[in-house]
Amino acid sequence: MTKLREIAQSRTGDKGNTSNISVIAYHEKHYPLLLEQVTPERVKAHFAGVVEGEVVRYELPSISALNFVMTGALGGGVTRSLALDAHGKSLSSALLDLEIEAVPD
Amino acid sequence: MRTIRIGSGAGYSGDRIEPAVELAEKGDIQYLVFECLGERTVALAQQARMKNPDGGYDPLLEERMRAVLPLCAARGIRIVTNMGAANPLAAARKTAEIAKSLGLSSLRIAAVIGDDVLDACKDGDLPIMEFDGTIKQLGNRLLSANAYLGAGPMAQALEGGADIVITGRASDPALFLAPMIHAFGWAMDDWNLLGQGTVAGHLLECAGQITGGYFADPGFKDIPDLARLGFPIGEVGEDGSLVITKVEGSGGAVTARTCKEQLLYEVHDPARYVQPDVVADFPQVKVEEIAKDRVRVSGGRGSRRTPTLKVSVGYVDSFIGEGQISYAGPGALARGKLALEIVRERLRLTGVVSSELRFELIGVDSLHGAQLSAHANEPYEVRVRVAGRTENRSEAVRIGNEVETLYTNGPAAGGGAFKSARDVVAVASVLLPRELAKPSIQFVGG
Repeated sequence: MTKLREIAQSRTGDKGNTSNISVIAYHEKHYPLLLEQVTPERVKAHFAGVVEGEVVRYELPSISALNFVMTGALGGGVTRSLALDAHGKSLSSALLDLEIEAVPD
Repeated sequence: MRTIRIGSGAGYSGDRIEPAVELAEKGDIQYLVFECLGERTVALAQQARMKNPDGGYDPLLEERMRAVLPLCAARGIRIVTNMGAANPLAAARKTAEIAKSLGLSSLRIAAVIGDDVLDACKDGDLPIMEFDGTIKQLGNRLLSANAYLGAGPMAQALEGGADIVITGRASDPALFLAPMIHAFGWAMDDWNLLGQGTVAGHLLECAGQITGGYFADPGFKDIPDLARLGFPIGEVGEDGSLVITKVEGSGGAVTARTCKEQLLYEVHDPARYVQPDVVADFPQVKVEEIAKDRVRVSGGRGSRRTPTLKVSVGYVDSFIGEGQISYAGPGALARGKLALEIVRERLRLTGVVSSELRFELIGVDSLHGAQLSAHANEPYEVRVRVAGRTENRSEAVRIGNEVETLYTNGPAAGGGAFKSARDVVAVASVLLPRELAKPSIQFVGG
């Protein structure tokens, strides 16, 4: 077991009440692990209580990246949210804590 | 092959100014772009303009222009910016006045106007994308409606000889696309070139976010000399080829990793990145490091633009009242939790009317909620935070008061209370048939 943080980088972006989180493998060889284990269902479960809407995953094999689009994730929208982090900029760090079944070499 | 170098001098309205000066001085650039207009900023600027008809443009306009104009004028660097916010014409006049005071009165300044589409949106009573309702249903809460204009009017202003182009609401990548269209004569229906140009603009628009800002993570993603973080330069060829780099000797780094992260920033479907001029397509994009701090990005494509323009609608949404207070040392967490329970009960007992409330402990669960923080270690100190949404200011004030009164009415040793009440101007979106936006250009000075 390892943490996603060991094999991938991540960045959060915001538009209205939707947050997108990229997950990009540091090495091409780990992209299949991301595809297999970082599923939209797992991401939705990880963010239970934070993300109210659906989680959609887009795949970008050319840069070994996944992009998760999460609706209802920003407390009603960046411009009106009660949250301390209205943009959800800190969410990528939470995702990098995900457990991955593999030992990176 | 002809190539231009475009510097990105700001990624948001409050951004650092020194890196822009560094770009103008040492960047060997022909264009300097300042992206300073957030989603909500134009609505707030519209309020400022209602109070003062000569106001409503970026509050840092004067400081930025004074810092870079002499350098840009001496080197022939042309400026493109959305610092016009809700009043591009007033911003252009102000810039002309600044130029004159610096002995640069020959500079030609163009304002792009026409992004204000409030009347057209009201006439069409357009549906709101984020929630059920229409423009008319917002009634007197409606403040502003600004269309995201494309690169066309800005490119025309450059064509007309503008040294400085000041726009209001425009798509951020379009600020960078305009110099490319102008310099290379790209056709406005060459979708693949516009798509690759949009990739360039998208990568550059957040300035320091591609040179190591919003990126560094010690031990995992180390970035040298962040304190002097330099801003990026896009080297664009007339065939759309692109190298991202930065000023030699500046802080930060441009690597494949910084570029990949920025490529997906604020992107939803990467195969359909909808812009006013093109629907850009990222899945074929390749990112290669070709030298230190030089990354080649290729493969951006595009397809035909949509028949509508996205419009940001600013409206008065609600009020937010907030209070915070800190506890530290042994038992801090228990006292923080007790404080939250007391405030929750008192807001109920005193009948404060709110539509939404948050009770949280900063340092424990304020950012990611209860589930993700469930196994966290007990911190040395916690900060209680209560925030609520109300319909008016007086109710909002009462929320902060219930936190502040914990000083003498709550758990032991609470310190550093803070409270606030603010009105919320929120932003929603509508789609406007593009022919209803009628941008035009007005020259000032020169």
